[in-house]
Amino acid sequence: MARLVGRRALFAVPVLFCVTFGVFAIAAASPFDPVKAYAGTAGLTASQENLDQLRANLGADDPFTVRWWDWLTSAVTGDLGDSSSLRQPVAQVIAERIGWSTLLCAVAFTLAVLGGTVLGVLAARRRGGLFDRAITFVCYTLEAAPPFWLGLLAVWLFALKLDALPAGGLTDTASEVATAGQVTHHLILPAAVLAISQLPWFVLYVRQGVGDAMDEDPVRGARARGLSERTVLFGHALRSGLLPVLTLVGSRVPELITGALLIETVFSWPGIASATVEAATSVDFPLLAALTVLATVAVLAGNLLSDLLYGLADPRVGFDG
Amino acid sequence: MTARTIRTLTAATTAGVLAVGAAACSTPDNGKSGGPKDAAVVGIAYEPDTLSPLLGYGKDGNSKIFDGLLTHDAKMRLKPALAAKLPQVSGDGLTYTYTLRDGVRFSDGEPFTADDVVFTYRTILDKKTNNASKTELDAIKSVEKKDDKTVVFRLKYPYAPFAERTVLPIAPEHVASKQDVNTGSFTTKPIGTGPYLLSSWSKGEKLVFKANPTYWGGVPKVKKFTMAIIKDDDVRATRLRSGDLDGAILPPNLAATFKSDDDLRTLTAKTYDYRTVTLPSDNPVAGDRAVRRALDVAVDRQAMVDGILDGAGKAAYGPVPTDSEWFTKGTERRHDLAAAQRILDEAGWKAGKGGVRAKNGKRATFTLWYLSGDKLRQDHALAYASDAKKAGIEIKVQSGTWEVIEPRMKRDAVLAGGGSPADPDFDQYTLLNSALAGDGFNNMAFYDNPDVDKALTEGRRSGDKAKRKAAYDTIQRELVDDPGYTFLTHIDHLYVLADRWAPLTTQVEPHDHGLASGPWWDVENWRPKK
Repeated sequence: MARLVGRRALFAVPVLFCVTFGVFAIAAASPFDPVKAYAGTAGLTASQENLDQLRANLGADDPFTVRWWDWLTSAVTGDLGDSSSLRQPVAQVIAERIGWSTLLCAVAFTLAVLGGTVLGVLAARRRGGLFDRAITFVCYTLEAAPPFWLGLLAVWLFALKLDALPAGGLTDTASEVATAGQVTHHLILPAAVLAISQLPWFVLYVRQGVGDAMDEDPVRGARARGLSERTVLFGHALRSGLLPVLTLVGSRVPELITGALLIETVFSWPGIASATVEAATSVDFPLLAALTVLATVAVLAGNLLSDLLYGLADPRVGFDG
Repeated sequence: MTARTIRTLTAATTAGVLAVGAAACSTPDNGKSGGPKDAAVVGIAYEPDTLSPLLGYGKDGNSKIFDGLLTHDAKMRLKPALAAKLPQVSGDGLTYTYTLRDGVRFSDGEPFTADDVVFTYRTILDKKTNNASKTELDAIKSVEKKDDKTVVFRLKYPYAPFAERTVLPIAPEHVASKQDVNTGSFTTKPIGTGPYLLSSWSKGEKLVFKANPTYWGGVPKVKKFTMAIIKDDDVRATRLRSGDLDGAILPPNLAATFKSDDDLRTLTAKTYDYRTVTLPSDNPVAGDRAVRRALDVAVDRQAMVDGILDGAGKAAYGPVPTDSEWFTKGTERRHDLAAAQRILDEAGWKAGKGGVRAKNGKRATFTLWYLSGDKLRQDHALAYASDAKKAGIEIKVQSGTWEVIEPRMKRDAVLAGGGSPADPDFDQYTLLNSALAGDGFNNMAFYDNPDVDKALTEGRRSGDKAKRKAAYDTIQRELVDDPGYTFLTHIDHLYVLADRWAPLTTQVEPHDHGLASGPWWDVENWRPKK
């Protein structure tokens, strides 16, 4: 197992190397001008001399390869540089925001996995039954719905029409301290929407896996021995039916991250999403690169996690395969 | 580690996450009752990039955390703030001497001195400081401390509106000099002498200010002041209606929906905020003086005010609004389509195919750009094109970001905005001076008129108000004969606010409406009504 982790960690180095290079190359090719973005409205009255000075100070004229190498070499020593769009050190931007994004993602993902498993098992029990057909239909519909659209719909219904939940933010507008109660109250809508956008994949996978397992010999044998339906379902079918879901857990991480970006924007959630959007449109290289590395690491770690879980859950699968 | 222990660990972790998830589903108490009387929450549309005056925050005055040497009253007249009185100006207009107020302290307890003033101005002018507005301090040759209470500015050339520039906030040298001016913690955790302290700033969400208990001008009655950053107009209106906000800036159509609400007042701020069409001199059609003059009378400004602005604004004939003391009476242009057609006929622009005129085989057509996503500019651009069409000039309206528009500014027209009420020089010098044509976003129309250039210099150099007025009169008359821009409207800014405080007033506002503008320009002077 340690060998698997070690090999993946080694493999991550060239991947991160290429990804950051790609980010710098794409950002350099984008039509956005970092100097204009930095100057904002003041740039609309600034003289050319003033703008040129800014350009020199920001190092915006250096080729992207030079900027990438500078960034990489100082990032390796732990210095992530300064964000030009937020006028803060990058490490500080990430530290201030990542906790809120993690909270949102963790809650949503847990809800999605648990909800998906329960609904999937219920659907698999009577395949072709009314509940199965209904839930499958809903899941296919939800798969097609973009998360931000679900978010806007939720805001419209729960915040505007029913006035039951806040439409956005981390706390009430007048409140300054982020108390647990306030944060929880504000977390419900975004976390629920993000969970629902992820839910169908788990429902459909669990339904398929458990349903197939029900037809396998061990389960049929257990039934034949007269074990209760509950024991058969949870003791035998669920165990082998969950294997594909474990793979899914890892592979859903990228979707979860992009989903969270949209959800955070819709709900003004002060996570890293708004920083990412800001960084991209302002050609804020240091921030953009750091956030991309974070996302890449999350995806690689997700894949590793699902492989590890798979190996643990099914002894037939070796770690060195 | 064995597989079994990992399985146990995984189960434990799952249980832990589950508990958090369950907690998330419990419903806490909902604190949506009316806030305390000494607190106010307002919704604004724009978030500042920085709160450091050294990077440009509060340069036009009214930063709640800082004070400038001078500040503006409700009528935009200068009055002393950190200076004890208005500056002494030498006879040649080249030396400005400020005597500083006694006994002022920064919110961390350190005294405010002449060193802080010198530090602030020198740092802003430093090449290494990423301040995009430093051009505004171009006139300064040197700034020196004469003694602890006296600061002397020497100018490169006589600059009549210089005192207006000294409203910019003063930063504490003992804090700001010890860190990177561009990214240090001072940019997000400012320390100033102003009526409020920054209590917290949740980026993208809100800024919270609390009253400065040692403010030299007296402790504000509104103890806590929150500015929620809500970019979307509809969301701002909804949150105002739900009681989440005490006030907000709103576009005219949404402000109108609050008219019947007795607890809310609508305040209309008059502005210098203009919308104009640049007519680049290098464009063979838009650069033709006859075309420019024809467009200037073909356009129906009042219809734009009524239709696009719901009446919240007025027709514009130049950068100076018609109700300003600097406006030249008699330069108003009536909407007169027949006159426009006559001008074009006389200049040889003959009616051609599809109603579009032509001269020497050249069709009367050009492109007009507006900033994509800006509904107000889009409406202005479309209305302008439709008015021009009636006179036989075809304008193709296109939208784009500034990155797309900027390289095309020399040839294509742009729906631009601007406006600065403090002094006529601020707008007009950069807008009309031929020497600044194509310099960044200055003089986007490449306007070139020697008489205007001469008057612009007179206007900024003379310390005599009558002479200055005459200079700006000349410019406005020249703009009638040779309009390098078609000025369309000056736009009122509308604010809807809970009727809980007095006095509620507004200043004449600039184009930018950030933190400083709005009825809360003097929130430190608000008193609860009951």
